[in-house]
Amino acid sequence: MSERTIDRPPPAPRRGALVRFFAYLRTDLRAALAFTYLILLVLLSLFAAVVAVHSPLAQTPDILSPPSAVHWLGTDDLGRDVFARLIHGAPMTLYASFLAVCVGLMIGLPTGLAAGYFGGWLDTVISRVIDTLLSFPSIVLAIAVTGALGIGLTNSMIAVGIVFSPNIARLIRIQTIIVKGELYVDAARTFGMGPARLIVVHIVPNAIQPVIVQVTLLLATALLSEASLSFLGLGVQPPQPSWGQMLARAYGYMEIAPEQMYAPGFAILCTALAFNALGESLRTLLDPTRRRSS
Amino acid sequence: MTKRQIVLLASRLVQVLPVVVLATVVIFGLLQLVPGDPAAVIAGEYATAERIAEIRHQLGLDQPLWRQYLGWLFAAMHGDLSTSLITGQPVVEEVLRRLPNTLLIVCGALMLSISVGVPLGLTAATHVDSPVDRVVTTIASLGVAVPNFWFGMILVGFFALGLGLFPTTGAASLFQDPRAAVMHAALPSVALAMGGTAEIARQLRSAMIEVLGSQYVRTLHAKGLPQSSILWRHGLKNVSLTLLTVIGLVFNRTLGATVAIEAVFAIPGTGTLVVTSATNKDFPIVQGTVFVLVMIVIGCNLLIDLLCTVLDPRVDK
Repeated sequence: MSERTIDRPPPAPRRGALVRFFAYLRTDLRAALAFTYLILLVLLSLFAAVVAVHSPLAQTPDILSPPSAVHWLGTDDLGRDVFARLIHGAPMTLYASFLAVCVGLMIGLPTGLAAGYFGGWLDTVISRVIDTLLSFPSIVLAIAVTGALGIGLTNSMIAVGIVFSPNIARLIRIQTIIVKGELYVDAARTFGMGPARLIVVHIVPNAIQPVIVQVTLLLATALLSEASLSFLGLGVQPPQPSWGQMLARAYGYMEIAPEQMYAPGFAILCTALAFNALGESLRTLLDPTRRRSS
Repeated sequence: MTKRQIVLLASRLVQVLPVVVLATVVIFGLLQLVPGDPAAVIAGEYATAERIAEIRHQLGLDQPLWRQYLGWLFAAMHGDLSTSLITGQPVVEEVLRRLPNTLLIVCGALMLSISVGVPLGLTAATHVDSPVDRVVTTIASLGVAVPNFWFGMILVGFFALGLGLFPTTGAASLFQDPRAAVMHAALPSVALAMGGTAEIARQLRSAMIEVLGSQYVRTLHAKGLPQSSILWRHGLKNVSLTLLTVIGLVFNRTLGATVAIEAVFAIPGTGTLVVTSATNKDFPIVQGTVFVLVMIVIGCNLLIDLLCTVLDPRVDK
């Protein structure tokens, strides 16, 4: 996968990151598929009401009906259109994943930067806290935090974000320590640049790349966590649709209508695969050793 | 054991202490996250002022924070994790009663992950870029992207409801009825093992590729050693530290992932306990369960650290 050597033109150094990214997409089919899928998912989320003819909340008398021309994926136990619920679940999922990762970044980035840059006792304390938080089984901690904050999608994703933060902090801490030792940082400091400006101008841009990769991979983890928490009844609350919660409902009627559980599961699987594929490709793309050697 | 190893082992043991203490701070601090007055939130919307006061007193919320924490920590060190707000039962009893059910499927999943993941990773590493490698890497990327509870549902639909080979839900005691216990634990373990298998296969593959590409393996080849002996005797020895570390990581993840699996299979374990008590705002149970699970993870990590210290020959130098 990531070890595979890819035939691509020698990179032009002066092109912007975005241009380079699209040029790269043409050489990596998996990344291109993942990227297209995610763009489609975002579009579907934006135009959910247009794409899905039926309301995701409207109940009809024909319950648990198999897929038909009217209801493409059938109806659930309350006679609601499964296809509409699936489409309307997409924005929930994307919102949840991005919220969790943003919370993780907002907590993890500053603490990791501070620990790596200032070192000393601050580093010792933050590192110990990171070690400790990483000892908690993540979903269990997220559930406990959700229980304390109150059940609901936003709270549960804040909880997941809190659980993510030590991962991000640890990564940016190590990167900061590496970048801090570079000559250009010393040079800037000699010229009288203050720590705040130094961190923003030199440290963050040079230390952030592995974090970008990690964040993309964490989006998949966040998505799976949201699905699990909604499945357990701690995330999205009914009647709002969510893929995890649809699975929970479908499970109750598995003996009567087993086909109900396939669509939401595949939706979760494909989205998680897409985030992971994009993350792996970003890793390849951003890897400095690879760029030099190819 | 050399003197240097003993010194290292001792320092590892000392390093664990702050982590344990911080973990108790985090668990205790969970209650501080409750917005507003925790006692009022726990008591519910229609509680009387007396009930709120009673809960406040039971949780010690009427005392200063540091006294609350020290009191809680002192009791926890003596095996007292308070009582359930709903049933009034001691938390420790409830958690320990359910823990075997959880550990059974977690250990089952871990064994499956190792026994499937290791051969997969090794095979892929020795056949890089072959169709076999591609199959393994595909399995590995699927394994981390599949929602494990969905995989569990599919297993139930196929093997339990369809073929009737396994019981659909519940658990049995390993000591009273081992056969039933294993049958009940089989499907949950398989569903739970998916992520771990993928992780072990992936990490072992890249670690082994690195070892096989190293200078000393080239020397072994030049010496005329057969491929199998290079792989099993020299290769595996060199990736064993990576493998141990990954197993520790997978154990932690599996212990968390079991929550959703226990819900699918209706297993009365710690996962279902933490979900119902978080839903019912029974915080002593939530705190107690998290406490026991974290201590298990910290213990397991310590064990792996110690093993690595003993196994790593570089430590002696």
